[in-house]
Amino acid sequence: MNSVAQLKLKRLEPPDEEEFATPVAERESALGLPVTLNKISKRFGGRSVLNTLSLSIEASEFVAVVGRSGCGKTTLLRLITGLDPVSDGHLAIAGDEVRGLQGRVRLLFQDARLLMWQRVLNNVGISRDTGWRETAKQALQDVGLADRAQDWPAVLSGGQKQRVALARALVSRPGVLLLDEPFGALDALTRAEMHELLIRIWSAHRFTTILITHDVAEAVTLADRIIVLRDGNVALDQKVDLPRHRRSGAEAARLQNIVLGHV
Amino acid sequence: MTLNKILDKALTWLVPVAILVLWEVSARSGILAARLLPAPSSVALAFIATLRDGSLWANTLISGERALKGLAIGGILGFLLGMLNGLWPPAEKLLDSSMQMLRNVPHLAIIPLVILWFGIDEAAKIFLVTIGVLFPIYLNTYHGVRTVDRGLIEMGRVYGLKPTALLWRIILPGALPSILVGLRYALGIMWLTLIVAETISASSGLGYMTMNAREFMQTDIVLLGIIVYALLGKLADVATRWIEKRALAWHPSYQENAGAAI
Repeated sequence: MNSVAQLKLKRLEPPDEEEFATPVAERESALGLPVTLNKISKRFGGRSVLNTLSLSIEASEFVAVVGRSGCGKTTLLRLITGLDPVSDGHLAIAGDEVRGLQGRVRLLFQDARLLMWQRVLNNVGISRDTGWRETAKQALQDVGLADRAQDWPAVLSGGQKQRVALARALVSRPGVLLLDEPFGALDALTRAEMHELLIRIWSAHRFTTILITHDVAEAVTLADRIIVLRDGNVALDQKVDLPRHRRSGAEAARLQNIVLGHV
Repeated sequence: MTLNKILDKALTWLVPVAILVLWEVSARSGILAARLLPAPSSVALAFIATLRDGSLWANTLISGERALKGLAIGGILGFLLGMLNGLWPPAEKLLDSSMQMLRNVPHLAIIPLVILWFGIDEAAKIFLVTIGVLFPIYLNTYHGVRTVDRGLIEMGRVYGLKPTALLWRIILPGALPSILVGLRYALGIMWLTLIVAETISASSGLGYMTMNAREFMQTDIVLLGIIVYALLGKLADVATRWIEKRALAWHPSYQENAGAAI
């Protein structure tokens, strides 16, 4: 119990550069998948939300999508997840056209969406694939919640719930992880913790990551590349070529200003 | 236990005990006619007497059997209809408005019809209980299924759950708190219906026992019957609380240390 708690605390400390160089877990090889959007459009009734949008996301890239509310960010995620079909154009993951839901894509929702009537471990192992207990325990350990496996979700804090949701997404080793403003409701301190955690896990697993956010600072902190969406299309496609661990600094501020200018 | 705590406990019992004592004294002194309201002690004697000759136990058992049979049939029907209409829109369109119309008919109003159909045998009472419990369970199951968080179902789909897994792991547990509220209502209605049905026409059961006692002016047995009904009602309530506590252990309001655990 004590050693687990210590491990958890240790894991939550800001990771240094070395930890990124040698990933925490080298259980699996890099399995990020490329995502290609070719002139996709999405209309709801007569209203056009996305308009001939083209975007090519490389395998294992960390992309942040920024934009005002109603710019089509969430719609874009739902299309890539396969929850909604595209109206026009082609959307492919690793070269295969997306048709409906798929196991290699996982979505982290804005709210954690845990099943309140199942213990934390059973929430993480929701698929109940063979050997789910072991993989779920492993995933919980990755997010630093190994000691909460048998708790009910109701007793967890907001940040802990999101970490459980993250563990649930990681269990199936997704090739693409989509995040729909999952840290929006958290306080600043917890949010910073979650950023560290996400970057550490992403460095280890190398899934392709698409993060939706309206927080430009968050986008600059986390992503390799920032896409600004406006009126259903790409208004800016900005590389972020900074070393990891970029809480502040002149370059980060400059990038933030560029992005803000296009939102 | 400190003296204060003992006093505190004693205070809650003061009024009921005082009423009992006052009642006993007035019945014995003849202020209350024993014919109308016999003393508590004679009700206790009636309890012992009916327990000895086995009539109390036999009548309680037969009433309990009728109640549970009606609850099982009505409960299962209500549950299945609620699930069907909650999950499948065509069924809802076809059946729900009829159900809403029927539920507004007081089910005791159909007693004359039930007697015409079934006579006064077992089927009549079980049928009435069935109708009585069907609606609260139907309504609450339907409502529970309809109000399961759509976001959770969407999450389940994204995470690859098949329809049966969605039903068992998301929809049913999500609807369970509401279904149990329905069960609690249904248990109240179950006893109420049975008492009325047995009072009107029966040759056994608690309702028959009290009506029969009335014929012979055995007011003590009438009172005893009423007390047994109260106890059975309480028992049903305790049973649902027990079920809720176990089935809804995950629910924040059933967790003793919910606030302290974070």
